[in-house]
Amino acid sequence: MGLGFTIIPKYLDVILLGCAWTIGITLAAAILSFIGGILFAVIALYAPWLIRQPFRLIEWLFMGTPLLLQLFLIYFGLVQIGIDLPAFVAGIIGLGLHFAVYNSELIQTAILSVDKGQMEAARTLGLSRTEALRKVVVPQAVRAVIPPIGNNMIALLKDSALVSVIGVSELTLSAQRVIGRTYRPFEFYLMAAACYYVINLAMEWLQRKIERRISISR
Amino acid sequence: MTDPSHFVEIRHAQKSFGALEVLKDISLTVERGQIVGIIGSSGSGKSTLLRAINDLDPLTGGEVWLDGVQVNQKLSHRKYEKHINQMRQQVGMVFQHFNLFPHMTARENVTMAPLMLKGISKEEANTLAKEQLDKVGMLERIDYYPSQLSGGQKQRVAIARALAMKPKLMLFDEATSALDPELVEEVNLVMRKLAEEHMTMIIVTHEMDFAASVCDRVLFMDQGVVVEEGPPDVLFRNPTQPRTREFLRKHLEGAK
Ligand SMILES: Nc1ncnc2c1ncn2[C@@H]1O[C@H](COP(=O)(O)OP(=O)(O)OP(=O)(O)O)[C@@H](O)[C@H]1O
Ligand SMILES: [Mg+2]
Repeated sequence: MGLGFTIIPKYLDVILLGCAWTIGITLAAAILSFIGGILFAVIALYAPWLIRQPFRLIEWLFMGTPLLLQLFLIYFGLVQIGIDLPAFVAGIIGLGLHFAVYNSELIQTAILSVDKGQMEAARTLGLSRTEALRKVVVPQAVRAVIPPIGNNMIALLKDSALVSVIGVSELTLSAQRVIGRTYRPFEFYLMAAACYYVINLAMEWLQRKIERRISISR
Repeated sequence: MTDPSHFVEIRHAQKSFGALEVLKDISLTVERGQIVGIIGSSGSGKSTLLRAINDLDPLTGGEVWLDGVQVNQKLSHRKYEKHINQMRQQVGMVFQHFNLFPHMTARENVTMAPLMLKGISKEEANTLAKEQLDKVGMLERIDYYPSQLSGGQKQRVAIARALAMKPKLMLFDEATSALDPELVEEVNLVMRKLAEEHMTMIIVTHEMDFAASVCDRVLFMDQGVVVEEGPPDVLFRNPTQPRTREFLRKHLEGAK
């Protein structure tokens, strides 16, 4: 059996649907990981000891264990305590929290490296510490780490293939299913790879756009 | 405890950083509309004293009063936060390194705090920004970011930012020390303008000529104490203390 790419159009809709799932899950998880990252960072640096503890547990769980296990735990494990999430939601939460922990590390370092005159100037005007963090310190910290966060988001895109193990028909699983029917692994895995490549390009473009937009303001 | 009758009153201020005693029993009063200069060599405690007034560097002993209210009063943590934020709104501060918010335009730098703390509308904030930036001659750069401004322009925006809170008192900590010499005058000009409007000001400075021309009274600090104070023409021309004379002589040599 030689190569035959002419078979691709017949299954294009399945692949494109998988693509859509991958994009959707990646975007939702990216947003969750961004907001979660800021939240975790502020908690790690400023919350009272008692509040920090459960978050340290979350941090350990999401940094110290395989993502695969985290997805199983959220999808299969939580059912036992009555939390029955749709597979794609479990996937978004798993990916989102996993990368939130990594983003939080970056943001924490960035917050600490914001000049302390910034906090002082804000406090001098009468802002509370929380207000000063929200309006002055955190926005500057986040701007400084957009490039490394962008790298995390590319990793997130790649790891989104893992949600196939809990049955979400994202790009990789869709390709697999088509291959099961057509016995054309080379063609369809290449096709999927091309899709990831395009999404990757789009994300890099988006990152550059965000960077340019906010770098004027530095 | 009786309310002091002075506008600003510092009573027996004492401050230690660990074992290092930086302020040693300093008392000082400033009346409404007065301009007081503080001079002294590096490390003498000028900034620490200034920063104690709005509790940025809390005193370890003594009291600070502003307009009949004790700034550093003992309160529970939560109450104190509320109180001190209230007090700080009434005291403008200008830093050596400007500390403008780099992610905000001049307009946003000026309006951020009034918008958050005074509940003014967007339009009112706009008017306020124009008014304050016009006052410091920066209206044309209202939508510039700090990175697009010179040092002197940055400092003028920083002054506008402080003035936008309509403070009763302005504190200047070496506002021109980080500036290239040719940019100093534009900032001094703004400060002179404030003086003409009878703004109460406490100015830490290394510029003796400026202090002499704008201040009602000048304090010379050394090693955590006020060595000598008086009207500028007396303090600069006929200082009574040897340490003051020494400092001024060295300063004059340094300036040459
Ligand atoms: N946060 C701090 N921790 C420890 N020591 C400090 C701190 N801030 C100031 N000091 C010390 O307190 C002393 C007085 O400092 P301060 O900044 O008030 O001096 P200054 O008169 O403003 O000097 P300069 O002209 O250099 O600004 C110095 O010896 C300084 O090292
Ligand atoms: Mg100083």
